[in-house]
Amino acid sequence: MTGPVLSVENLTAYYGDFQALFGVDLALQKGQALAIIGANGAGKSTLMRAITGILPSPRDAIRLNGQPIGHLSAPEVLEAGISMVPEGRKLFPSLSVEENLLIGAHVRTGSKYWTLDGIYDLFPILAERRYNPGTALSGGQQQMVAIGRALMSNPDVLLCDEISLGLAPVVIRDIYASFPKIRESGASVIVVEQDIGQALKIADHVCCMMEGRVTLSGAPHELSRDAIHDAYFGVSA
Amino acid sequence: MIWLDTIVQGILLGGLYALFAAGLSLVFGIMRLVNLAHGDLIVLAAFLILTVVSALGLNPFVGALLAMPVMFGAGWLLQTYVLNRVLGDDILPPLLVTFGLSVVIQNGLLEGFSADSQKLSAGPIEAASLPLGPVTVGVMPLLTLISAVLVIFALNQLFYRTRLGRAFRATSDDAVTAGLMGIRPRNVFAIATGIAMVVATIAALYLGMRANFDPTIGPARLIYAFEAVIIGGLGSLWGTLAGGIVIGVAQALGAAVNPEWQILSGHIAFILVLLVRPRGLFPRAND
Amino acid sequence: MTPSMKSSATKIVALIALIGLALVPVIGSRAMVQDLFMVLTMLVLALNWNMLAGFAGLVSVGQQAFVGIGAYGMFAAVILWGLDPLIGIVVGGVVAVALSIPVAFFAFRLNGAYFAIGTWVASETVRLLVAQWKALGGGTGTSLPKGTTKEMFGVDVVKDLIGGSSSAAADALTYWLALALAAATLLAGYMFLRSRMGLGLQAIRDNAEAAKSVGVDPTRLKALVFVLCAFGTGICGALLFIQITRVTPDAAFSVVDWTAFVIFITVIGGIGTLPGPIIGVIVFYVLQRALADYGTVYLIVLGLIGISVMLFARKGLWGVFSGRTGIELLSLRHPAPRRP
Repeated sequence: MTGPVLSVENLTAYYGDFQALFGVDLALQKGQALAIIGANGAGKSTLMRAITGILPSPRDAIRLNGQPIGHLSAPEVLEAGISMVPEGRKLFPSLSVEENLLIGAHVRTGSKYWTLDGIYDLFPILAERRYNPGTALSGGQQQMVAIGRALMSNPDVLLCDEISLGLAPVVIRDIYASFPKIRESGASVIVVEQDIGQALKIADHVCCMMEGRVTLSGAPHELSRDAIHDAYFGVSA
Repeated sequence: MIWLDTIVQGILLGGLYALFAAGLSLVFGIMRLVNLAHGDLIVLAAFLILTVVSALGLNPFVGALLAMPVMFGAGWLLQTYVLNRVLGDDILPPLLVTFGLSVVIQNGLLEGFSADSQKLSAGPIEAASLPLGPVTVGVMPLLTLISAVLVIFALNQLFYRTRLGRAFRATSDDAVTAGLMGIRPRNVFAIATGIAMVVATIAALYLGMRANFDPTIGPARLIYAFEAVIIGGLGSLWGTLAGGIVIGVAQALGAAVNPEWQILSGHIAFILVLLVRPRGLFPRAND
Repeated sequence: MTPSMKSSATKIVALIALIGLALVPVIGSRAMVQDLFMVLTMLVLALNWNMLAGFAGLVSVGQQAFVGIGAYGMFAAVILWGLDPLIGIVVGGVVAVALSIPVAFFAFRLNGAYFAIGTWVASETVRLLVAQWKALGGGTGTSLPKGTTKEMFGVDVVKDLIGGSSSAAADALTYWLALALAAATLLAGYMFLRSRMGLGLQAIRDNAEAAKSVGVDPTRLKALVFVLCAFGTGICGALLFIQITRVTPDAAFSVVDWTAFVIFITVIGGIGTLPGPIIGVIVFYVLQRALADYGTVYLIVLGLIGISVMLFARKGLWGVFSGRTGIELLSLRHPAPRRP
């Protein structure tokens, strides 16, 4: 039995004097999908920023395949094999849809599982709009570009930060429908969501965060609705 | 006919100003850096070409070719060790650092080369001219304009057709997200400044062949270059060419009325264009 | 020390310095008077530029426009209209204000760094226009008529007071004016920054959006500062050229003399701090004396120090000193309200 592909141990994070994470522990098993849920301000995005290297962390607090990566910068983390679909999609407005996808493969092409054609198979609508500026697309299509862009580096771990934010339920469903295919590529996935419903459907494991701590962790079917509710909103006295 | 001739000469002069401005425009477009030392860096490149040419007895064109990699390296080092440290939300530090650099380069050149006027000799081509329909144009000014068009065309190809250009545009849009794509913004900036210095070397070549130069002329050239960049619209390379031509034509027309009004007319054209279009002729949509 | 003791100590030191400087024409040599005159005028220019760039965020590279137009205003008053040079100084200030309005109208349309270029182009434009003013010598410039400064209003009184020649008395008079101008500029800057408007200005510098939301109009406030600084700079230009007695467009609108040096003084001393320009002008003067024989080396050193300050100590020498020792002079923080 090999260890987890991504592990976080006793991770703390600060913005100046403000402490945002208090000893977070987390393990993502190979091939699994992990959902991190929690309310606004629970520390989910900070955790993503720490893992991707935007926010510097202690060297050993984050490990990828057993190797410490906490100290790496964002480009180094990508090269190590973690890519991210950032919150708010963050497409490059000066780049076309196709260029946005190509820039995902700027430095790392990895296993070559995901190519431009592979992304267009996954999201056929993007092929039609390949020469449009990325920002001319609808929100859902932009989210597809952002996911495709992250896949183009053929990551071992794909992080998705709030991919359903601001999208209509039917669009969210379409986007989540692509996840089984994404997991076929062998990528392990972390989805960070405020919207619990879709995330729980695809997840093998759930972590609930509140006020910078993991308050609940387990397989979705093991956790009762009430337990999730309490972990999400705090136990009402 | 005299007016047509004046306008043609102005357009050709605009080519020179566009060459001065192209590097500036590139750097501004990618990292929003206003380099007040750009004019002095062009003069520095001119002295570098002069040194190479007189030491090895080469043609200035060959000399410039040799100077290009050196200037690329200088730009790369400058960006990596100085300018990257001061880029940020506050516009003051980069402005003041490049201003200090301007003073240092100018006076360093005065120490090394004295205040004497210099020239790059290109041989008989300097005086050659071509009949072009109803007007006669000098070969050297024509070559300058053609070079400006080629440089801007090449920079556009680089920007819109290459992997590096894609990284330039992505970094310019959003450096943090570009980092998530594995792009190192500081490296991108260093390469961009290196390329800007290669363009500055081409500008220096024509500066040195067309007229006398000395260590102090940088700031005056810089002002025309800035006028071209701002009139053209920030970050638009073809706009910079158009801006250079506007300044060149305005100066030529002013000079035709009264030689003392040449520079003044250029400045007034700049002010007028900005009063009508504060964002320049071809502003980028997403700024 | 309590804040109020500190503030009275500051006042006493300032008063002693002011009296000491005021006595220089009485006890010092004429060369010293002339040297200190230049130091004080550079200080005035630096205080004005610091107010613009350090507090209002207006990085102007075109302040030489106001030095130049102030000088030409004074020359016009004396030569064309036959007025006393001292009245010419006021004329210089007024003309500078009149120029600052169209310059602001133009340059305020340009954002951030391009404001710097805009002011520079505006200044060059004014220089070239003034060079067309044939009545004041066009491009080659002109001199004050012989004896103008000796016959200046007040010279006789000064002569009776300190003895010596009329020229020495004229030097003493311009020196005292420079001292008064420097003290007034410093005091006015201090009071302005502690006023409601000044606090608004600093709020804009720290966060423009937030300042807007509490009802500060950034553009109007900045425009006001721009015009006021043009007034101070114009008066200073006029005063400078009474002492120099000869004006040319190149000298009066020199970007190196009236803006580059001023920027280095402010940056080295500490931009955005009130004591910064004072420290900077002292360093500037010492360096100038020490490296006077080396010409260009002096400028190279100045440039390198300026770059180093920006790389390693953004708040300049005063910022480093204040940070290490905790001493604050001319603090802009408001003390807690006193109980009655």
